[in-house]
Amino acid sequence: MSMTEPAETMAEPWDDVGVSPAVLRGLPAAASIVPRNSIAGRSLTAVVAIMTFLGSLTIGAAMLVVSAASDWRAEVGREVTIQVRPAPGRDIDADVRAAAEIARAGAGIVDVRAFTKEESAKLVEPWLGTGLALDDLPIPRLIVVKLGPGARPDFASLRQVLAARVPTASLDDHRRWIDRMRHMAGTAVAAGIAVLLLVLIATVLSVTFATRGAMAANRPIVEVLHYVGATDSFIAGQFQRHFLVLGFKGGAIGGGAAIVLFGLAEAANAWLTGTPGGDQVASLFGTFSIGAAGYLAIVLQIIFMALVTAFASRHTVNGTLEAID
Amino acid sequence: MIRFENVGLRYGLGSEVLRDLNFDIDGHSFQFLTGPSGAGKTSLLRLMLLSLRPSRGLISMFDNDTATLSKDGRANLRRRIGIVFQDFRLLDHMTTYENVALPLRVLGKDESEYRAEVVELLQWVGLGEHMSALPPILSGGEKQRAAIARAVIARPQLLLADEPTGNVDPNLGQRLLRLFVELNKTGTAVVIATHDIALMDEYDARRLVLHEGRLHVYD
Repeated sequence: MSMTEPAETMAEPWDDVGVSPAVLRGLPAAASIVPRNSIAGRSLTAVVAIMTFLGSLTIGAAMLVVSAASDWRAEVGREVTIQVRPAPGRDIDADVRAAAEIARAGAGIVDVRAFTKEESAKLVEPWLGTGLALDDLPIPRLIVVKLGPGARPDFASLRQVLAARVPTASLDDHRRWIDRMRHMAGTAVAAGIAVLLLVLIATVLSVTFATRGAMAANRPIVEVLHYVGATDSFIAGQFQRHFLVLGFKGGAIGGGAAIVLFGLAEAANAWLTGTPGGDQVASLFGTFSIGAAGYLAIVLQIIFMALVTAFASRHTVNGTLEAID
Repeated sequence: MIRFENVGLRYGLGSEVLRDLNFDIDGHSFQFLTGPSGAGKTSLLRLMLLSLRPSRGLISMFDNDTATLSKDGRANLRRRIGIVFQDFRLLDHMTTYENVALPLRVLGKDESEYRAEVVELLQWVGLGEHMSALPPILSGGEKQRAAIARAVIARPQLLLADEPTGNVDPNLGQRLLRLFVELNKTGTAVVIATHDIALMDEYDARRLVLHEGRLHVYD
């Protein structure tokens, strides 16, 4: 008889017992092959939920740092300053007007504002106090030049023109500050990504071990299925589906809580806008919003956690089957 | 149906627990497998169930060399064998009905196809009143009958039973033996591993006796 030949279909002694339809109707729906509400399963869901929540917070924090760093750079980079120093024999007001005119003519410049004498005096007030005869002091005058978004004016030629027509003027494009800011922001972003990676690794490891722990309780089920003729793929499929659902449930709880938390923070930030405290927070963290990309990253993390849980269960089932065989 | 040729089995680097086994199990046959505790009865049953691989020798089952079978091929052969464990191995989260129906579910059959047959079998083994009961509330004898029902529901060609009367009183032991004899009459080959001499005396059948790792056959 070959392996594929069907079993003999001889009548069995119980074939003539007979069953009333009422008995058949009274049977409850078949239970899941893998028990649904085990203590180990609930613990696993809790572990996945907690780790996904922590992972989501880290994702959000990393995205806030990235966006705040980018905002700082953009803010500083959108402004340059022309400083006009007083010099003997020169009319500083005329020099300021001339420098402002030169700046206005530059490409990509959207606004030029020269500080008045009074405004310039106010700038030094915190250091020198009030009531001084500022006319006798050689206080330089500032011209703030705002650049359009994405504009890259030719600062070299602007410097040349200024040097030729207003020798007492100098252009400060904040390059030194921008470089420092870029360096600091880069460090903050790298630290954020490093922390995120560490949290993700810790999450994957803890979820994997929690899944293995939950699977240990299911070893007798794997064995019985194996002995009654289930193929390895059938057994692994049963557990993988069950643990995918468990992982998704845990991930949705943890990730959902994080989404709600970020949503509330965003709403509170919007509500506080305009207040002194709110403005300070906004200057540090921008809009305090993780944006669509942040929410998408959390959703992707939920899916990732479910997949990690399912994969870990499949791996453990395969290990158990190897040990049995 | 099954042929063992010079089969030996060792666990790890230990000495052989089964040595030079040469025997056949024919279709429709009935035999007791006996021997003192620790003689290797359960190991031999596990070899027949394809859940152990021999250290040497050839095992042929249903005209297949088991050494060359793929994992799925071994699973397919296992579907033609029913097994009754000494410790029953019923799944506690499933009802008696679901436990018995498990082999058919594994085969991918729809419940509507097998529902009546499972109920008939449960009534035949005297568990008609306990179909919705979970195993932890069944008595030892009821668990044993549920385990036997699960082993035969897919109409296996070979039924292996490991100490099926080990946990029941002599009266129930005799009733279970009659159950196996009935199944054998319908064409299922039966191998009962036991060291219960009284049980073997109840029915005149071939005896496979394991002693110090070797098998002695008494037809």
